[in-house]
Amino acid sequence: MAVTTRAESRLDVARIRADFPVLSQTVRGKPLVYLDNAATSQKPRQVIEAMSRVFEEHNANIHRGVYEFSERTTAVFEEARAKVAGLINAPSEREVIFVRNATEGVNLVAYAWGRDNLKRGDRIVTTVLEHHSDFVPWQQLAMEVGAEVAVVDIDDDGRLRRDQLSAELRKGVKLLAITHTSNGLGTVNPVKEIAAEAHAAGATVLVDAAQAVPHTPVDVQDLGADFLVFSGHKMLAPPGSGGVWGRTALLENMRPFLYGGDMISRVTISLTEWNELPWKFEAGTSSYVDAIGLGAAVDYLQEVGLARIHEHELGLVSYVLPRLQDIPGVTVYGPKTLEDRVGVVSFNIEGIHPHDVATIFDREGVCVRAGHHCNQPLMTRLGVPATTRASFYLYNTTEECDALVGAVHAAKKVFGV
Amino acid sequence: MDDMYRDYILDHYKNPRNSGPLEGATHTYHDSNPLCGDELTMQLRISDGHVDDVRFIGKGCAISQASASILTEEVKGKTLDEVKAIDRDHVLANLGIPISPARVKCALLGLKALKGAAWGLTAWPGEEVKAK
Repeated sequence: MAVTTRAESRLDVARIRADFPVLSQTVRGKPLVYLDNAATSQKPRQVIEAMSRVFEEHNANIHRGVYEFSERTTAVFEEARAKVAGLINAPSEREVIFVRNATEGVNLVAYAWGRDNLKRGDRIVTTVLEHHSDFVPWQQLAMEVGAEVAVVDIDDDGRLRRDQLSAELRKGVKLLAITHTSNGLGTVNPVKEIAAEAHAAGATVLVDAAQAVPHTPVDVQDLGADFLVFSGHKMLAPPGSGGVWGRTALLENMRPFLYGGDMISRVTISLTEWNELPWKFEAGTSSYVDAIGLGAAVDYLQEVGLARIHEHELGLVSYVLPRLQDIPGVTVYGPKTLEDRVGVVSFNIEGIHPHDVATIFDREGVCVRAGHHCNQPLMTRLGVPATTRASFYLYNTTEECDALVGAVHAAKKVFGV
Repeated sequence: MDDMYRDYILDHYKNPRNSGPLEGATHTYHDSNPLCGDELTMQLRISDGHVDDVRFIGKGCAISQASASILTEEVKGKTLDEVKAIDRDHVLANLGIPISPARVKCALLGLKALKGAAWGLTAWPGEEVKAK
């Protein structure tokens, strides 16, 4: 079947790949085909070197020393914050809080905002597309304070049921916790429209952008969110880096998340005054080298261009989707069109459990995720225990899509299906 | 020839031995691997301290289901004490294939359910929440 990509990629993928040392590795003699980017991304030399430079040239704890090395490290760390603020178009870098990952970001909001703002009988509206990181914290908080959680369903194409969402919002809502982009299906929610609707219904809006910030331009002011969280490790940065963005007015009125060093302005035996934003939320020695790595990753992504990265990934989806769907016994879950989706393709092969699929793929050098993708309510909705998921990034190629399709045939051959 | 998905493994997966509910079961234990969605119920009929009959009900990956199937063939006729003495190394050796670290839990789900049944457990120690 003749399928061409939607648009010839405008990325110089060969040059990009040369920046990623791990991509030249082999797996059992076969080239590494890394298609598990929704789980975590690989790291370019530029990020690795930015982090090495701290350790090799000027490492010292941030915000503390009055000597040159501490000042230099602090400066690079705060520069990284400014870069992140620029990436998501935050009105102020004081609104960007460094955390370990999106999960910690949601927990920060759940503890520091949720506990003071959600009461018995309040309603939290969320969706069946949420990663556990944007579901379990709300479920548990609701149980603790006696709030109610409403979960909006999807249609059979993996698109959010807007009618149901509107109905839930109309019933009253204190918080809308919604994913920008589904890690399980690749669906992109129309967050801007939804946030406006939720605000009109009186909600505070938290957006889980863990699968969005790495792959598409995200503008917090344009989206109209109140909180937005993301992970660094999914966007070329090291694990241990990530961010929460929140509106100043909200952050100012929140209690701290963690107590301890660096987050204070004055401590006496009887009371403590908090540091100003954003440091009020950054207790203890932070993962400052990881944050610096995140800053370098932001530079890298912006140089390539997030709109171009998104376009490149859609090109890969348009290439691989019909090829997968053409294989007898393969079921693809989620959006079948290129509209409002990212480079995540979830599927199953009839008669083969996803774990067996992934094990056989591994022999072909193809790394994919098999499991519930921290998305058990979604798996239940789909009526499957698990799926196999391929997820693309800026360094993936159509040849790797061919390897994926070849691996599906290999698995079918082994199992005789 | 695939080193992990050998013909006999796939045969046990596609044609599981001793599969389905066991009438007159005296010992039953259900377990699962939430990570991958493998489900397994092991049922024993013990009389006179011997495994009179054994069957399992399961769904999941080839490794978990084949391992359980192979195990049921082995324990039929054994004494309860012999069943209790079966350990993980024995099961892995008996499978006869290299099991990667990420798949060990799949390979041992059948054993875990069998042990739970043999010891008459309602929940695995430390996982009591499952009993609720």
